[in-house]
Amino acid sequence: MSKQAAPTKSRVKAEEQPGAAAAVEEVTDHIDPAQLDEEHAKQKEEQKNRIEAVDRETLLKLLYQMILIRRFEEKCAESYSLGKIGGFCHLYIGQEAVAVGAISAIRQDDYVITSYREHGHAIAKGVSADEVMAELYGKSGGCSSGKGGSMHLFDADVNFMGGHGIVGGQIPLGTGIAFGSKYKGTDQVTLCFFGEAAVNQGAFHESLNMAQLWKLPCIYICENNQYGMGTSLDRAMSLQDVSQKACAYELSSEFVDGMDVLAVREAVQRGVERARKDYLPTLLEIRTYRFMGHSMSDPGNYRTRAEIEKYQQRDPIKLFTASLLENGVIDQAALDEIEGRVREEVEHSARFADESPLPDPKELYTHIYADE
Amino acid sequence: MAMMTMREALNQALREELERDENVFLMGEEVAAYQGAYKVTKGLLDEFGDKRVIDTPITELGFAGLGVGAAMVGLRPIIEFMTFNFSILATDQIINSAAKMLYMSGGQFKIPIVFRGPGGSAYQVSSQHSQAIESWYAYFPGLKVVMPSTPADAKGLLKSAIRDDNPVVFIEQERMYGNKGEVPDEADFTIPLGVADVKREGKDATIVARSLMVPVALKAAEELEKQGVSCEVIDPRTIRPLDVETIISSVKKTNRVVIAEESHPFCGVAAEISAEINERAFDYLDAPVRRVSGADVPMPYAKNLEDLAIPSVEQVVKAVREVAYLD
Repeated sequence: MSKQAAPTKSRVKAEEQPGAAAAVEEVTDHIDPAQLDEEHAKQKEEQKNRIEAVDRETLLKLLYQMILIRRFEEKCAESYSLGKIGGFCHLYIGQEAVAVGAISAIRQDDYVITSYREHGHAIAKGVSADEVMAELYGKSGGCSSGKGGSMHLFDADVNFMGGHGIVGGQIPLGTGIAFGSKYKGTDQVTLCFFGEAAVNQGAFHESLNMAQLWKLPCIYICENNQYGMGTSLDRAMSLQDVSQKACAYELSSEFVDGMDVLAVREAVQRGVERARKDYLPTLLEIRTYRFMGHSMSDPGNYRTRAEIEKYQQRDPIKLFTASLLENGVIDQAALDEIEGRVREEVEHSARFADESPLPDPKELYTHIYADE
Repeated sequence: MAMMTMREALNQALREELERDENVFLMGEEVAAYQGAYKVTKGLLDEFGDKRVIDTPITELGFAGLGVGAAMVGLRPIIEFMTFNFSILATDQIINSAAKMLYMSGGQFKIPIVFRGPGGSAYQVSSQHSQAIESWYAYFPGLKVVMPSTPADAKGLLKSAIRDDNPVVFIEQERMYGNKGEVPDEADFTIPLGVADVKREGKDATIVARSLMVPVALKAAEELEKQGVSCEVIDPRTIRPLDVETIISSVKKTNRVVIAEESHPFCGVAAEISAEINERAFDYLDAPVRRVSGADVPMPYAKNLEDLAIPSVEQVVKAVREVAYLD
């Protein structure tokens, strides 16, 4: 896994874990532009090598999904400012490679569970953009019938087990879903996503302990976007190498570059193999960055413009597009065609959401108990 | 009918439901190899094996959440808390996950899970190990809360709780595990949730009591009978859903009510029952509704102070005499 420049304090090299190509080297607060350029070039070369091993159809699907999520989120920001979306709205812009790469490594009947920043995961798992947007609009056509909203997308048909609103709350749940697979003797695996701030919660530690103790087929994916709301990683975590925390519970772990969709895919594939074959859990720390604020109401004063721009240069979609173009997998016309289809799908979702009726008032009192 | 302790009745219910449905499993601290901290799960590991009777680390939030996740994919977990005092660590998963999952998923994910174990006061274990917290759980729509007071009720209600498609908080009383009673022999004996039981019929005053307060209320009723006051004792058995109709019918007959409970009075279940009575049967009341609750203090250790903190037969007798304007 390639190292990623990050504004964290000096860190020691993480011990290499089985399957990890390389681990973290020392990172400092001050990164000189020449070093950054060199890293980008190296990163692109690595990605181009990975491209060789993946079929064109898959590559195009990954690109399509990443662009779809990006444009979908941009539409959400617009709709939020128009008052069509209420409450909290946490955008995924900048992190697309994580959900798309990870979910591309599992089967349709595998499970995904995640936090409240989950529009992208839902779409990548196969929830229709129409139903996601309608949910954000609080409409009856939403994937949770308008009762969950942005933070609580669910779709039982595609085993999308929800967006959960309490930091870390989904980690024991994902562990239980994986327990269910093992109990029933299926080979379904669970991807359990969470942010790095959740790693400080007891729920994370309790879950990893049980998962390794009982050998549960769960891949724990820490999307380390380096900020828990407005608090940076170095202000919140004593040991900042999240992947190292797996050692406490004897889990396999890897540090992964979350700006490279194929690096994510490969690392998750390794975890999935362990889970499917041997019921073994894995912890992945996937280093990423959110380009937007924590939520739509966050002006983001805790980060510098320069820092954000630095990561925007490493935009996972730009990187992947450039790699595909340079490798001759796609040309500009194909890219334009993808953008066109994405635009259509996003516009369609907004129209669908607009036209979907509000929940019937009687729905206030349904779904409280199962036997009603 | 067979005479047995509440502990044995609960054990039978667990055994029968584990036998009946492969998707039922039991998980908690010391439930398997140790045979249960209170021996409610005695013998189950030998009979069902360690796939279905599972000892956990001391990690209440973790295994409560694991149970909810397993329920999302169709299993029917029984999660034992060694005592409900420790469930406080798991409240995020019980309340934010179990209680709300069905609603916030628009009806897609039901959570058929039972959280069970002893609650209420024990013997001289002081403040952190001796508390009745049913009103916390009863507060939340989406949860059901059950509190049996006899071995028969314990068995019939636990079997229903395990078969229920909703999260059920099932609170057994630590002091009552050794209480004996007749339990029906019939093969598949269950008691529906949400149905109160009239434990004693009477005409002059109604005593609403649950869990540990049921035997206290029955003793008070015996004493009052000698004093010429006929008491009806109603045990709601299920706190949520609450069988308000049975309580209201009794109030309309007796016109006087005392509600006895072991828990603190403030924002408690008795306060809720009192509000229901005021809203639905105010015109039938001949006296204000009286509560007899546990002392509004953390539970003390010293035996004499502990005794003072738990409602007594004498307190219930006195309260009934007051609503009957006999004193």
